[in-house]
Amino acid sequence: VADASSLQASCRAINAANLAFGASSGTKDPSLSVLVCGSPDDSKELDDAAALFSKVCGVSEVLMAKSNALKHNLPAPMAALVTHVIKTKNFENAAAPNGTFARDFMPRAAALLDSPLIADVVDTVDAKTFTRPSYAGNAMETVERTGDGPTIVTFRPTAFDAAETNDTNAAPVVQVSDDALAAAAGSTSLGEFVSAENKDTGERADLSTARVVISGGRGVGDNFDKLYSLADAFGPDAAVGASRAAVDAGMCANDMQVGQTGKVVAPEVYIALGISGAIQHVAGMKDSKVIVAVNKDEDCPLFSIADVGYTGDLFEAVDRIKEEVQKKKA
Amino acid sequence: MRILCAVKRVVDYAAKIRVNAAQTNVDTSSVKMSMNPFCEIALEEALRLKEAGIATEVVAVTVGPDAAKDTLRTAMAMGADHAVHVVHESAGAGAGALPPLAVARVLSAVVDHAGPFGMVLAGKQAIDGDNNQTGQMLAALRGWPQATFASSVSVTDGGTHAVVTREVDAGLETVKVPLPAVVTTDLRLNEPRYAKLPMILKARKREIETLSAETLNVKDHVDRDQGKLHVRKVSEPPARAGGVKTKDMDEFINMLREKGVL
Repeated sequence: VADASSLQASCRAINAANLAFGASSGTKDPSLSVLVCGSPDDSKELDDAAALFSKVCGVSEVLMAKSNALKHNLPAPMAALVTHVIKTKNFENAAAPNGTFARDFMPRAAALLDSPLIADVVDTVDAKTFTRPSYAGNAMETVERTGDGPTIVTFRPTAFDAAETNDTNAAPVVQVSDDALAAAAGSTSLGEFVSAENKDTGERADLSTARVVISGGRGVGDNFDKLYSLADAFGPDAAVGASRAAVDAGMCANDMQVGQTGKVVAPEVYIALGISGAIQHVAGMKDSKVIVAVNKDEDCPLFSIADVGYTGDLFEAVDRIKEEVQKKKA
Repeated sequence: MRILCAVKRVVDYAAKIRVNAAQTNVDTSSVKMSMNPFCEIALEEALRLKEAGIATEVVAVTVGPDAAKDTLRTAMAMGADHAVHVVHESAGAGAGALPPLAVARVLSAVVDHAGPFGMVLAGKQAIDGDNNQTGQMLAALRGWPQATFASSVSVTDGGTHAVVTREVDAGLETVKVPLPAVVTTDLRLNEPRYAKLPMILKARKREIETLSAETLNVKDHVDRDQGKLHVRKVSEPPARAGGVKTKDMDEFINMLREKGVL
C-alpha cells in the first residue's frame, strides 16, 4: 500500500535494516534491496514508491513485483513471493516494518524458510541480536538468531528515524523474475479479498505517524469532538486516540485505541486526557517524547510517567491549550 | 466440522511484571497465571460455532509444563469437548522458551494426530512473548490459508469456506478462505463466557489426553527449531521518570511551553 504513512514506515525500516545489517555487521558495502509489490492496476503508485526508495540512502537495488496476485496484500501470495525472492537471491537478512501487513505474511514466509522471526524489534545489538519488548513492554528481550539460515525480523517503525534520501543515490529498479511472480500467483487459491472498510481519517494524520497525539479516556464521554477540535488547532500532523476503556464504552472507533491491544505510538507530544494509565495503555505510548497527562484524580498512575501533569478538569485544560495554540499561531 | 483451539497459560494480564534476578525471564513463581485473553476469545468463537450447529466438536490443545493442565481444565469448563496436553517444560516466554516455529511444529503434529479439523482457532498473540506468529507459521507448515486478527468469523458455502473480517492498520478488511484454515482472533471478536461452577467441578474429573514431542514424532524437529533462537537476556524496560504536576492552570501552560508543547 503506497500511502504516505506506509512509505514513511518503510523508510524507517530501511534505516533500521542499515543499522542492523550494514555498518554494525562489519560489511563495508552492504547491499540492501527494497521489494515493492502490488497490482499492475496501481502501477503509477508502485513506480512512484520505487523512485522514492531508489533515492533512499543505503539502498542498492529496488525489486519490483507487479502481479494481480498481489493486489490485496493477501498473506499466502505475499509469503510465497518473499520466500522465493529470499531463496533465489540468497538474501542473508530480511526485514519489514512491523504492522498488521507484515505481521500477517512475514511469519508465514519465515516458516516456509524454516526460519524463526524476531518480531517488533526496537533496537539492534548486532546483525543477529535484537532487542524487542515482551509482556506489553514490561520486559525487554535480547534475542539472538542462532544456527543456519536467514535472519528475519520486523522493525517497529516508531523506534527508528527514517533513512534519508539523496538525489545522487539512484539505485536501479529491477523487475523480479517471472518465477517469483508465478510463486505468488500459485498461492491465490488460499484466499480471496472480499472488501475493505478504511477508517475515515479525513485530513488528519495517521495515529501511528502523527507528531501530536491527543488521547481521551472514558471521562471524555460524548465529547470526543472537543479533542478533534484541539487536534485541528495543532494542525494536520495531530491525531486523536483513545484508551481501551473509551473504546469499550462505545465512545469512539476501535482503530483509535492506543495500547498493547491497539496501536503503539511514539509521537513528539502525547496528551492523555482523563486516562488513568492502565499497564496496557502505557505499553502503547510510553516511548512518546513528551507525555502530558490531565486527570482529576491526583493519584492517577499515568502522572508517574508524565513529563507534565495537570490535576483538574480535562475540558478546561482542552479549552485552554487550544486557546494557547491558536494564540501562538495568530 | 471439528475445530482445534490452541490455548496458552500465561501470566495474568493484570499481574505486575517483574524480571527475575538472573535476567532470564519474568518472575512467574508467585504470580497469578491464566488463559491468554486472545486464546479465551478463540475458544469462545469455537464454542459459538458449535452452538450454532456448524462445528461438531471442539478440541482444546496446549503445549506446556504440567501446570498447563489448569488451562485445559478451564477450557473444558468453558465447554471444550476434549483436551490435548502436549507436555513440554519449555513453555511461556523468555530464555529457553519454545519459539513460535517450534510450537507451530507441535500443533501441526497434533492436527495429524487428532484431525481432521476444519479450522484451527488461536489467539493472535500470547500476552507473554507478544510474538504474534504461531498461527501464521502453523498455516505455512500445513499449506493452509490463514486469516489473522479476526473480528468476525462466519462459515459459509455449506461449511467449505470461512468469511473473516480482519482488524488491520487501515481499518477493516474482509477475506474469504477455503477450509481447512487457521484463524487467529483479535480482541473485539467476542466476549468470552465465564465458566459455571458445575462445569468447573465436572472439568476437574475429565480426562486429558497427554502427548509429547516424542510421541508425536517431532522431537528432533522441535529441538532444532528451538536451537534457532536464543533469548540472551530479559531486562526491565528503561524507567521513565515522571515530571511535575500542578493544579494551577497557568503554571501548567508554562510547563507546556518549557517542554516545547506550545
